[in-house]
Amino acid sequence: MNMTLFKGKQRKILPGFGLSMGYTVFYLSAIVLVPLSTIVISAFGMNPETFFGAISSPRVLASYKLSISTAFFASLFDAVAGFLTAWTLVRYRFPGRKILDALVDLPFALPTAVAGICFATLYSPIGWLGQFLAKVNIELINKPSGIVIALIFIGFPFVVRTVQPVIAELEPEIEESAQSLGATRWQTFRKILLPHLFPALLTGITLAFARGIGEYGSVIFIAGNLPLKTEIAPLMIMTKLDQFDYNGASAVAFVLLLISFSMLLLLNGVQRWQQKAYQ
Amino acid sequence: MKHLSVRTSRFTTGLLLLSSLLGTAAHAAPAAPANVTLLNVSYDPTRELYQSENASFSSYWKKKTGQTVTINQSHGGSGKQARAVIDGLEADVVTLALAYDIDAIADSKLLPETWQQRLPQNSTPYTSTIVFVVRKGNPKGIKNWDDLVKPGISVITPNPKTSGGARWNYLAAWGYKQQQTKSPEQAKSFVKALFKNVPVLDTGARGSTLTFTQRGLGDVLIAWENEAHLILKEFGADKYEIVAPPVSILAEPPVAVVDKNVDKHGTRKVAEAYLTYLYTPEAQEIIARNAYRPRSAVAFKKYAASFPSIKLFTLKEFFGTWRQAQKTHFSDGGTFDQIYTP
Repeated sequence: MNMTLFKGKQRKILPGFGLSMGYTVFYLSAIVLVPLSTIVISAFGMNPETFFGAISSPRVLASYKLSISTAFFASLFDAVAGFLTAWTLVRYRFPGRKILDALVDLPFALPTAVAGICFATLYSPIGWLGQFLAKVNIELINKPSGIVIALIFIGFPFVVRTVQPVIAELEPEIEESAQSLGATRWQTFRKILLPHLFPALLTGITLAFARGIGEYGSVIFIAGNLPLKTEIAPLMIMTKLDQFDYNGASAVAFVLLLISFSMLLLLNGVQRWQQKAYQ
Repeated sequence: MKHLSVRTSRFTTGLLLLSSLLGTAAHAAPAAPANVTLLNVSYDPTRELYQSENASFSSYWKKKTGQTVTINQSHGGSGKQARAVIDGLEADVVTLALAYDIDAIADSKLLPETWQQRLPQNSTPYTSTIVFVVRKGNPKGIKNWDDLVKPGISVITPNPKTSGGARWNYLAAWGYKQQQTKSPEQAKSFVKALFKNVPVLDTGARGSTLTFTQRGLGDVLIAWENEAHLILKEFGADKYEIVAPPVSILAEPPVAVVDKNVDKHGTRKVAEAYLTYLYTPEAQEIIARNAYRPRSAVAFKKYAASFPSIKLFTLKEFFGTWRQAQKTHFSDGGTFDQIYTP
């Protein structure tokens, strides 16, 4: 009896939980939930036949497959490149480090269409890089590989920025002691570093992946946009809108929303499991 | 209590002042204001055309009525533009790439379904057609539609699902074959073979132009005749040349006043005058100068050099109305989807 009374009266360090919680819920609703709910509502307002017809047409299915697979490969590439970049930025001191550090954020800040135009110009058959690649018969753009290139660019900062602070917290002494106890470099990495970094790395990969699935601006310039081959899912939404097919567009959008949301849920689950396993 | 009443009386004075101000404002708004603004929502390649037309109409209107008219332009893919108007972009007039897009606006009750009968010649003051642009010297020897399906030829055209111009391109190729063979089946396999040679589908006509010129992709670009002339002007007649196929489609990009919006803005009179003006000799000459085919024989003759003689068939001959053409060819499951399905 006394205990419960005490618990109820326990004071938080920061006051005003009710107020701040109300604020949070309001903001989340106004900025995130209400706009997204329009898609959910219009998706549920359709008759099931139209809905499933829209999302199960071969072109739409192919576009989901393409968006998911290209985003997946791009985020894996980002995991390696982003990790190395973050490591270098944290562990080494060299001239120009601050500038490099700032450059990482550029894909966040840049209008994605700018990136798309840059890539298209760079890799086109008469572009800077493209003309040499064309000589050895390699064509990167207007193919899925072009989409992966764009998505690597878009997703890169997500990995760097999530892994970087965790590396900064890791003390080099831990590695040193592992090595002095006889661990090889690989063992140190595998047993000491990776468990620490894994949750952050996973978050970065997932964010890059989720972003990649929805990316439109930079991709359409270099994807080629051929039906069944190089049409990404967001383009299907635009295409349907251009045909005044609002229902079809919401249906495709709803599935994308579902994929992104379940990715984030999954990530949460994995992180929780990881934390438990680690403790 | 006293304090409160003072505040209340101040408030009332304020209200009185405000209402009198509003009253004068309402009073000072007679039937014809000195300035009027129109919004013309158009498709991709008409930027340059309407810049000249707007200047010409403004000075005409000023002379006639003393009113200064400012015409704002908005350009983009035709379908996208129609959607913007449906979604609330308050266009006074729409000048789009094909009738279907204005039909879609009519479906949302912004203008009557019979809009196309309101102005002469199906509400199309100018026409155009579909031609080829090739690299200088025509290295692949492209002369006719049949050359586009040869193996090893790379063809650039935008996506007919999203681009109005691309739909004309598609129907031009189809109609050519159907006229030749009298068989829709053969026309379909012809178009299928043609799209096998298309490496990129941009979402709009301008996108394809850039892919062809800036990215160096493709041996031939299928384009609006006016866009082809613009390419030569902008990117150099020393780099590209126009090939006119012997047969092509008569493309009719229509214009219409958006009734709901002009009534709301009180701009009906000037908006209607603006579209009617497009049929006058002055406007027709500007049209011809911008490489659109004018309706006026005089203007056509004067600029005949820009318009090679091409045997033009109409949409009606092979495809019926735009609503029918859209349904058969470009809706989900239409022939365009079919040619991509294995």
